[in-house]
Amino acid sequence: MESIINGISQPLSNWWAGFREDFINNFITDNRWLFLWRGLLCTLQITFFAAIIGIVIGFFVALVRTTNIYTGKLRFLNGICKLYTTVIRGTPVVTQLLIIYYVIFATVNIEKTLAAIVAFGINSGAYVAEIVRSGIMSIDRGQIEAGRSLGFSYVKTMWYIVMPQAFKNILPALANEFIALLKETSVSGYIATQDLAKAGDIIQSRTYSAYMPLIAVALIYLVLVVGLTACVNRLERRLGRSDNR
Amino acid sequence: MITVKNLYKKFDNLEVLRGINETIERGEKVVIIGPSGSGKSTFLRCLNLLEMPTSGEVWFEGQQINAPGCDINLVRRKMGMVFQHFNLFPHLTILENITLAPIKLKIMDKASAIEKARKLLSRIGLADKENAYPAQLSGGQKQRIAIVRSLAMSPDVMLFDEPTSALDPEMVGEVLDVMRELAEEGMTMVVVTHEMGFAREVATRVLFMDNGQIVEQNTPREFFTSPKNPRTIEFLSKVII
Repeated sequence: MESIINGISQPLSNWWAGFREDFINNFITDNRWLFLWRGLLCTLQITFFAAIIGIVIGFFVALVRTTNIYTGKLRFLNGICKLYTTVIRGTPVVTQLLIIYYVIFATVNIEKTLAAIVAFGINSGAYVAEIVRSGIMSIDRGQIEAGRSLGFSYVKTMWYIVMPQAFKNILPALANEFIALLKETSVSGYIATQDLAKAGDIIQSRTYSAYMPLIAVALIYLVLVVGLTACVNRLERRLGRSDNR
Repeated sequence: MITVKNLYKKFDNLEVLRGINETIERGEKVVIIGPSGSGKSTFLRCLNLLEMPTSGEVWFEGQQINAPGCDINLVRRKMGMVFQHFNLFPHLTILENITLAPIKLKIMDKASAIEKARKLLSRIGLADKENAYPAQLSGGQKQRIAIVRSLAMSPDVMLFDEPTSALDPEMVGEVLDVMRELAEEGMTMVVVTHEMGFAREVATRVLFMDNGQIVEQNTPREFFTSPKNPRTIEFLSKVII
């Protein structure tokens, strides 16, 4: 009997001892967890500001494009916006990042994090634009007509009547985009930004152990995404009040 | 009050309105009937420029509203419009639907807009619905709210675009009742409808449109008892009055 228990518990405790040593080596020694912490802050910073840039660009482009569709105005601006979404959506984000850092900002001494923010912001804007555009176009034309016939201008109709409804419809897709953005920023290590994914690499290069830092990085991303999803779900429920029948 | 001169409207190559000349005086209740595709709705929508005329003039209260330099948004405040599909704002409560335009266009302060909305709601017997959302109402209720929403702007004329066509039959009556009351109060009304009974009772004048033109018009009594144009006779023989 004792030997059976020994037979199971011996490898288990061996594994545990190994795990503990690994953990200490990867995260505690030399305060290596600080890499992850700083990497996390960097990732959040890039994601947050890129998302803001993405929202601003995305809503602007979407409004230009729908205004062109509805009224036939802004033809020149619409052409530029179309070109922008085509180019951005048609090229890999890593390439865009490298172009922005090594080509566009080649002659200026720019903070790497800032370059990443600009690159991901411009990238995200194209996707947000398409999401917002689909949201606006999903609203029945009758809503615009009702607003206009009450005396609202086109802009006010958009602001008070169309956008609130469109926003509610696109919220899940927008959340999806920002979750994707958060994870995409993990390639910003290409320009040597010390983001969360890069932090895992740095620890790995010091401890020569692959799995512990990678799993840690993966877990942190997962927690972020789950948290973000929970926030969006709450917002969605609040905006869904008018759906009650 | 409304004058239309030589109005043409083309959609791409399809000529929908072909030379309409018409004047609508204050207090008139004009009902427009005709087969589908005859241009009734397009004509009505040209009156508040939801459709831009291809050529011709639309005058409202002494102002040519399709002339450059005319602020159509100001003109539309005085022209209420009711749609076939109600077009209530689904993200707003009933009270907010009614008060949105008066408040945001700074015609009334919030308190008096709400007071007016409540008065209008109790007039149509829907005072208890002020905090409901449009999705919670029946079609007839929605259309009555839509009428009231336009009335909240104190318009000088009300345009109705087939207001009962999307309703279940048992709900047509309640909407027509509200319109009838409105007519009795002296509101100027232009109504596109298939409700011949309403046309006969409420209209001061019936216009019959066919193929983009007004081919006949008369008082409802004359129009329904002794139509003159062969198209009118044919149309009336097909509809149940």
